[in-house]
Amino acid sequence: MSSVIEVQNLTKRYRETTALDDVSFTIEKDTIYGLLGRNGAGKTTAMSILTAQNFATSGQVRVFGATPFENPSVLSRMCFVRESQKYPDDATGRHALRMARLFFPRWDDDFATQLIEEFALPVDRRIKKLSRGQLSAVGVIIGLASRAEITFFDEPYLGLDAVARQLFYDRLLQDYADHPRTVVLSSHLIDEVAPLLERVLVIEQGQILLDEDTDALRGRAAAVVGDSAAVEGFVAGREVIYTESLGRVTSATVLGGLSEQDRQRLVAADLDVAPVSLQQLVVRLTRRAAESAPKHKELVP
Amino acid sequence: MIEDGRPIFVQIAEGIEASIIDGSLSEEERAPSTNELAAFHRINPATAAKGINALVDDGVLYKRRGVGMFVADGARAALLARRRQAFAAAYVDPLLAEARRLGLGPDDVAGLISERTAGTTRKEPS
Repeated sequence: MSSVIEVQNLTKRYRETTALDDVSFTIEKDTIYGLLGRNGAGKTTAMSILTAQNFATSGQVRVFGATPFENPSVLSRMCFVRESQKYPDDATGRHALRMARLFFPRWDDDFATQLIEEFALPVDRRIKKLSRGQLSAVGVIIGLASRAEITFFDEPYLGLDAVARQLFYDRLLQDYADHPRTVVLSSHLIDEVAPLLERVLVIEQGQILLDEDTDALRGRAAAVVGDSAAVEGFVAGREVIYTESLGRVTSATVLGGLSEQDRQRLVAADLDVAPVSLQQLVVRLTRRAAESAPKHKELVP
Repeated sequence: MIEDGRPIFVQIAEGIEASIIDGSLSEEERAPSTNELAAFHRINPATAAKGINALVDDGVLYKRRGVGMFVADGARAALLARRRQAFAAAYVDPLLAEARRLGLGPDDVAGLISERTAGTTRKEPS
């Protein structure tokens, strides 16, 4: 696999806060990524810098091997669908789509027409007058029909109902299968998007918490449930990311996968294993990172 | 259907194995393609491909160039043998563990099994 984006030691500081703190990662070609993390974790900042809509404080960003800033040959191969995309006051959906057709070399007009119908978008209404869901549909249609080699969707679903979101996921998967490309999808609806993602990048407090194959991650985490003393005995020496107790029952989420021997030990100790969804895993990892961060700071004199 | 807590490629492979075992997918028949599986289960095509490839590595499916994946000759018998081996661990062990919790010994369990089997066979039309 070859990479289409390489980020090295990227830092972005605003006056008071550090939005990205010395992060390095790569994005592989023709892969669907989930960019996950809490509000303010640095997701939108990262996507803005990658698409040259924002400046880095320090560090290196290379897209298709080149610097994206003021580089039309790179920018026309990327599409960034923002949650809060601004359009001119008197623009209609049709205007926005026409601009996109001019800008993106791989634009598919038939696909755009199909999507307009499926999302029931009133293209001749002024964008200002559209509902939140219709506004999101404009972005989703541009993101899909542009067929850009790298497409960023930053929470593209605001105001879209469950049916429209499912339509978006279905069309994304279908079109990705026919025209493989790189997609970076930022979302809080982790349960909904999890099956679409080949890899996940989790950002927390400006740092990369996780960069892994989604399916490998599913196999790595499990919750061990049962008598508190027995659970404590089993998880000793393992990487525990989360525990909760109710009376004498404890549930501990462990990373590292369970071997056949482990499973036999669990049966012998009368302990149950419960699966951990990607959403639960991300929430638990993020919470652990947030809890441990202040402690580290206290250690610094 | 697909659940999120276990690797999806494993579930895809298990689903195809189940179809072969119950006969809805016969030997030398074409298996669903990566894109068909991805569209049906609404999953990433790369994940679906990984499930198919696991079955190819296992000798359950084989590739006919330019046509697709097919169920190998003898795949059903091999899968059945493997399933029977796994049966004790997957079903009998948990059964005995729950029985122990309820104060039932192995003889009680065996007695219950014969009782229930007699009940179900009696209900079946002969």
